[in-house]
Amino acid sequence: MGIFSFFSKDKKENLDKGLEKSRDGIFSKIAKAIAGKSKIDDEFLDELEDILIASDVGVETTLKIIKRIEARVAIDKFVSTSELNKLLKDEIVKLLNENTIEVKNTFEDLKGFKPYVIMVVGVNGVGKTTTIGKLANQFMKNGKTVVIGAADTFRAAAVDQLKVWSERSGATFVSHGMNTDPASVAFDAVKKAIEIGADVVLIDTAGRLHNKINLMTELSKIKRVMSKSIETAPHEVMLVIDGSTGQNAFEQAKQFTAATELTSLAVTKLDGTAKGGVVIGISDQLKIPVKYIGVGEKVEDLQVFNREAFVESLLGL
Amino acid sequence: MFDNLNSKLDRAFKVLKGQGRITEINVAETVKEIRRALLDADVNYKIAKEFTDKVKIEALGQNVLTSVSPGQLMVKIVQDELTTLMGGQARDINLKGNPTVILMSGLQGSGKTTFSGKLAKLLKEKRGKNPLLVACDIYRPAAIDQLKILGEQIGIKVYAEPENKDAVKIALNALKEAKLNGVHDVVIIDTAGRLAVDEQMMDEIAKIKAAVNPNEILFVVDSMTGQDAVNTAKAFNERLNFDGVILTKLDGDTRGGAAISIMSVVQKPIKYVGTGEKLDAIDVFYPDRMASRILGMGDIVSLVEKAQENFDKDEASRLAKKISKNEFNFDDFLTQLGQIKKMGNIKDLMGMIPGVGKAIKDIDIDENSFKGIEAIITSMTPQERQNPDSFTGSRRLRVAKGSGTSIQEVNDLIKQFEEMRKMMKTMNKFQGMGRSLKNMPMFK
Ligand SMILES: Nc1nc2c(ncn2[C@@H]2O[C@H](COP(=O)(O)OP(=O)(O)OP(=O)(O)O)[C@@H](O)[C@H]2O)c(=O)[nH]1
Ligand SMILES: Nc1nc2c(ncn2[C@@H]2O[C@H](COP(=O)(O)OP(=O)(O)OP(=O)(O)O)[C@@H](O)[C@H]2O)c(=O)[nH]1
Ligand SMILES: [Mg+2]
Ligand SMILES: [Mg+2]
Repeated sequence: MGIFSFFSKDKKENLDKGLEKSRDGIFSKIAKAIAGKSKIDDEFLDELEDILIASDVGVETTLKIIKRIEARVAIDKFVSTSELNKLLKDEIVKLLNENTIEVKNTFEDLKGFKPYVIMVVGVNGVGKTTTIGKLANQFMKNGKTVVIGAADTFRAAAVDQLKVWSERSGATFVSHGMNTDPASVAFDAVKKAIEIGADVVLIDTAGRLHNKINLMTELSKIKRVMSKSIETAPHEVMLVIDGSTGQNAFEQAKQFTAATELTSLAVTKLDGTAKGGVVIGISDQLKIPVKYIGVGEKVEDLQVFNREAFVESLLGL
Repeated sequence: MFDNLNSKLDRAFKVLKGQGRITEINVAETVKEIRRALLDADVNYKIAKEFTDKVKIEALGQNVLTSVSPGQLMVKIVQDELTTLMGGQARDINLKGNPTVILMSGLQGSGKTTFSGKLAKLLKEKRGKNPLLVACDIYRPAAIDQLKILGEQIGIKVYAEPENKDAVKIALNALKEAKLNGVHDVVIIDTAGRLAVDEQMMDEIAKIKAAVNPNEILFVVDSMTGQDAVNTAKAFNERLNFDGVILTKLDGDTRGGAAISIMSVVQKPIKYVGTGEKLDAIDVFYPDRMASRILGMGDIVSLVEKAQENFDKDEASRLAKKISKNEFNFDDFLTQLGQIKKMGNIKDLMGMIPGVGKAIKDIDIDENSFKGIEAIITSMTPQERQNPDSFTGSRRLRVAKGSGTSIQEVNDLIKQFEEMRKMMKTMNKFQGMGRSLKNMPMFK
């Protein structure tokens, strides 16, 4: 397919597997909802509304999708199940297409920057450290040199945890230990990368709730400090969102953007029963592209987000 | 804190305002708004539907008998129903058994390890227990180190077997040791995060349960969880039949609708909440407070109690009394600011004051932002401070000069203060409608 060029070829299967639960959830319900019906009526739209809401798409985005479908079927009153599936998929993909540029190949981003600096942020426990571990591994496996900066100096054993992850991939690990200034760790990580001519720098930060002003200010400072050695750094600020998070994810994205100007999202834990509908909502309303999804705890359980494939997997096509 | 839902409900109630009684027609829009508000708060869509249907029936049934306005009536009904949904009374954790065995369970990253530390600290400091923490997460990198560090911070022993790859055996060995040396009267078992659909991992924790026969199994859940909360809670409950729920990360601005969903699906009480990363950021769960928080009535009881615990008890109850009598003045405000400042996260605590939550929704608050307020109040004469209604233009000008602020700032503060008092007054009215302040623990 080419869409997973960044990773190995058999990943589509994994994505399907990871999203199996979502698919069962949403679209078998849709199938049931329209079984025995050959046209779209209010009852169906109500059902669809429930299904989308139950997937954490959010009321606003759900209503938007419904409106679009209503508009479409106003022209084309009678549709079959398979037509309806396609229509739904179209509308959701279109919604994603309208608002963000698709991330096609993450190696493209690296071009022209050496090192390319990615700062990873998010609320507590969403999977920042794990995602960095997985990312480092993917880059290293593809012949890039990676420096990891342990700028979570706060949470118990955060440095130890990240160290284990960097050993898994063989990335260079920069740490000042616990309870040290996170900004200076970030600064030194970038410095180290320049020294050894590394391709990528990954900066882990402590989990923080977006309503804590002091912690958000600290985050802005960490970001600022890096631009002192490379003016354009960090080149990417990635917000990690737990796939089971509800509508609070919007506020997270909003506040983290305010503090650090997010450039991408990673959505984790999509191997669970959570539907991941939050992805659609955030892309639609905040216009920040989803770049990766996490589908497990192992080093290989990270995938480039591809909307076509994502929606297709979701629909079971 | 729950500002979004608040403003949504405000809007919903506004629809009812000025209408004398509740009818099928005039309640429909309100019910719809409430449902939408609940959905935005992450209450499960089915439960939100059931809930609003129930509220509607209640409202229609009651209107003839009461003389309060439809809006007030709806507030009461919604709050009562929410409280009922979340389980009525607060419930303690079971400390029977010798030693008491407590087993943690939950999804990845929900806060199990942190909560294990918090609970151990609480049991040690407030219940005179001597807990043993057990590290049964053999998967997550540095999971054992994390628990060990927490144990060190609070002076509590951590049992770990870094080389052992069998979580069931580790749990059993820990229990054996606790029984053998007889020092520990509580054993808290921290486990790895797991997905409800991960058969192997669910098997593991079921086996741990069977092996150690816990007195208390706790399901730890992130308060930011969305619609999936019901599925996960149900699956864990079916497998473990847990005894209570722990709701973490409530120090955020999530509206926490998951609390409502979980309670109504598994019928298990939420026993504690996590309100921060530090190990003393733990609180008991009060369904009525949560309900009133969701409804935007502020959490004045929590605020006062927090003040009570950390500071002068007399001062706190004096404050509560003043609030209830609507005699709250600038001196009280100053005292309160001083206490709030010492208590930690200012925005959170301010949010507990009725009416303030919304006012500070989009405002950055840091310690320094209080300086101006303090300067203004200390520039008032004692009489002015005790009689907030006494401000003429010339007095305002004098206060502005004295405090080095502008007249605009003084005007703003007085206006905000007035609004706050107004909110407190409304709050008292609501309290009078049912659960009067006298029934709350602090007034007993
Ligand atoms: N099932 C599953 N678990 C994941 C995934 N990503 C992370 N996790 C797990 O989630 C938990 C938290 O992950 P961390 O990487 O420590 O999260 P964090 O954001 O760094 O956490 P803090 O630094 O404490 O804020 C760990 O148990 C991870 O193994 C995923 O895609 N799927
Ligand atoms: N703000 C806040 N953070 C919390 C709270 N409880 C836990 N955390 C943070 O959430 C993150 C995850 O907490 P852990 O205790 O490691 O979660 P866990 O369930 O043990 O995670 P796994 O073992 O990976 O499944 C850490 O960053 C904690 O500091 C809370 O009540 N408030
Ligand atoms: Mg981390
Ligand atoms: Mg843990």
